[in-house]
Amino acid sequence: MPAAPSGRGYDMTAVTDAPKDAFRLSMLIYDTRYRSMTIQIVVLLLFMAGAAWLVDNIVRNLQTLGKDFSFDFLWYRAGYDINQTLIPYTNDSTHGRALFVGLVNTILVSVMGCVAATIIGVFVGILRLSKNWLVGRIMTVYVETFRNVPLLLWILVALAVFTEITPAPNQFRVTEQMIAEGTEPEATMSFFDSIAITNRGTYVPAPEVSRSLGSFTVLDVPISLNVLAFLAAVAIAVLGYRAIRASASRVQEATGVRPVTWWKSLLMLLVLPVGLLVALGFHLSYPELAGFNFKGGINVSNALMSLWLALTLYTAAFIAEIVRAGIMAISKGQTEAAFALGLRPGRTMNLIILPQALRVIIPPLISQYLNLMKNSSLAIAVSYMDLRGTLGGITLNQTGRELECILLMMLIYLALSLLISSAMNVYNNAVKLKER
Amino acid sequence: MKKSVFLGTLAATTVLAGFASAATLDDVKARGELICGVNTGLVGFAAPDANGNWQGFDVAVCKAVAAAVLGDASKVKYVPTTGETRFTALASGEIDLLSRNTTWTFSRDTDLKFTFVGVNYYDGQGFMVRKDLGVSSAKELDGATVCIQTGTTTELNLADFFKVNNMTYQPVPINTNAEGEQQYLAGACDAYTTDASGLAATRAVFADPENHIILPEIISKEPLGPLVRHGDDQWADIVRWTLNALIAAEEYGVTSANVEELAKGTNNPEINRMLGTEGDLGTMIGLDKDWAKRAIAATGNYGEVFAASIGESTPIGLARGLNAQWTQGGLLYTPPFR
Repeated sequence: MPAAPSGRGYDMTAVTDAPKDAFRLSMLIYDTRYRSMTIQIVVLLLFMAGAAWLVDNIVRNLQTLGKDFSFDFLWYRAGYDINQTLIPYTNDSTHGRALFVGLVNTILVSVMGCVAATIIGVFVGILRLSKNWLVGRIMTVYVETFRNVPLLLWILVALAVFTEITPAPNQFRVTEQMIAEGTEPEATMSFFDSIAITNRGTYVPAPEVSRSLGSFTVLDVPISLNVLAFLAAVAIAVLGYRAIRASASRVQEATGVRPVTWWKSLLMLLVLPVGLLVALGFHLSYPELAGFNFKGGINVSNALMSLWLALTLYTAAFIAEIVRAGIMAISKGQTEAAFALGLRPGRTMNLIILPQALRVIIPPLISQYLNLMKNSSLAIAVSYMDLRGTLGGITLNQTGRELECILLMMLIYLALSLLISSAMNVYNNAVKLKER
Repeated sequence: MKKSVFLGTLAATTVLAGFASAATLDDVKARGELICGVNTGLVGFAAPDANGNWQGFDVAVCKAVAAAVLGDASKVKYVPTTGETRFTALASGEIDLLSRNTTWTFSRDTDLKFTFVGVNYYDGQGFMVRKDLGVSSAKELDGATVCIQTGTTTELNLADFFKVNNMTYQPVPINTNAEGEQQYLAGACDAYTTDASGLAATRAVFADPENHIILPEIISKEPLGPLVRHGDDQWADIVRWTLNALIAAEEYGVTSANVEELAKGTNNPEINRMLGTEGDLGTMIGLDKDWAKRAIAATGNYGEVFAASIGESTPIGLARGLNAQWTQGGLLYTPPFR
């Protein structure tokens, strides 16, 4: 929509002597006082007519097909199984529950992707500016290959690598014959027999406690008190650590000598969380080959691994460019000033360049996070059971509620996106240039 | 801006929701082409041959309908559909007819608003495993990883079967038979489950079919047949009776070889009525007298289609079993042409 004329500037003189005419219809177009209002009303009417036409179209087509519009199916028994359920789910659960299982899976891969992509992206972005020719070129090659090949292909490549190259679970099996002959199985577990990488997924040790505090349920989702207690312990430890640092800074400002605090900080950070873990009887449960598959531990499916890897590496390439742009936006004088004060390059980057670069980095970073979250729906390619896989895939298909499922799915993705961008906007406000 | 995005997506959904037209026959005739939804690739049932022409048991239904309606079995546009996309494709009017190993169920017939016109293959769900897995019964699959096509009845049967037998499993969802084949061969799953005919067809294209077995348990009834949208009974009748004509032709001994001969008149009035030498059944469904003759001439009768695409002389090697004529102890039984 064209911006309304500001009324400031050259036309001020023109309207000072304008005769005060009575209102004429043509003034709606020719009078700048009314024109913008007229245009807005016309656009609004057109928009409403278009929306009405679409809704009417939907209603009539549904009628022709003899279908109604109802979300009742969300309360019906789903009847299908999902291979990755972070909240309790069986095939007796409802389609609504399946929706949440999918939503949680979408959030899981998005969060994992955002965290990993940010870490890799920042590193690559900084390294690409490295004065070391080889490191800089390698990073350039990484960025250019990953961001210039469609994400879907990366996802498929990652899945192919995971399923075709890794060994099958039964290749880990040690039979009596092998023991007698003294031969080794074709595949062994990595990292001191703790992680099994198979063509069905990666089995990693699962954290377990022997003296559990129990759990409570919110909306049928069990929430472990152990996890909450641990998070609380970590939070208290971090607060204590900051208090120690703050008091050290006060002493430094008063006396000019910074007291030695590293052992206090270390104790503060470790004692409470570790003590809690010991009290709970924390241990790892290792995956073991039993029957057809590994049992115990956590099974990270190849679908999740490949989706996560591809989303991470693809988005990290974009984030690297954003970080590089942000750093280059800071004038060279800042670096030179820091060097003149005797700061080493590492501290110059951490204390001078990055805090200022964040102002430039954060806004485009938000849209990368949004992209990653929405791109996670490419899970369809590897049959990762995300929101599209449950609500938009199996539920849609088994119930035949295309319109309802698609609308609901759009609504959920929209809500997720708005949530992410509002959270990131809060952070952006915290780091942006404060003009006074 | 947000509003306009919403508007655009709404518009897209509307197109998806479709413009179902009442007279499919007129549309097909005006277009001069039948648009038929088939499998993305299941050898024997629907797959392109070396020359890129679609061939198979389900494809034959499309060809027979095209021959009956348009007089030319080659005037078919094949739209490959997955388990997930097939119903949307049919409901939206993207295809005129779906002939894709689709199980006739209550909710699909009623709630999804489709009309199943008959059964062209009586099937049941089975499991395929590697021989070296050492499993001889589906009841020994506790804890197994199972590849399963999403959006199918087999997906629900699988959940029920393991639940009833108090076993657990890890589903690996896949979209197409080709993907299932690849995942199964890569060992990403212990067992692959789908309709037993589909398993046989899949195994037939393996490099080492002898190393894979289909377990004896058949865990469900899967009557597979072509289907059309609700609301166009004439079109449903055309597809239904074209399929019936192929089945009846086998019963009466009408083949693609002798149909021209028999169409000149026989002493069997049922054949005469079907082939249009007596009465005028064709006009009752909006076609001409020779519709059934053209369909049979184009594809052969049911038995010929079966033998050529999935029968015992093909690599797929399926026996007639339940799919024999009722006179031979099977379930194929058409209402009379009268």
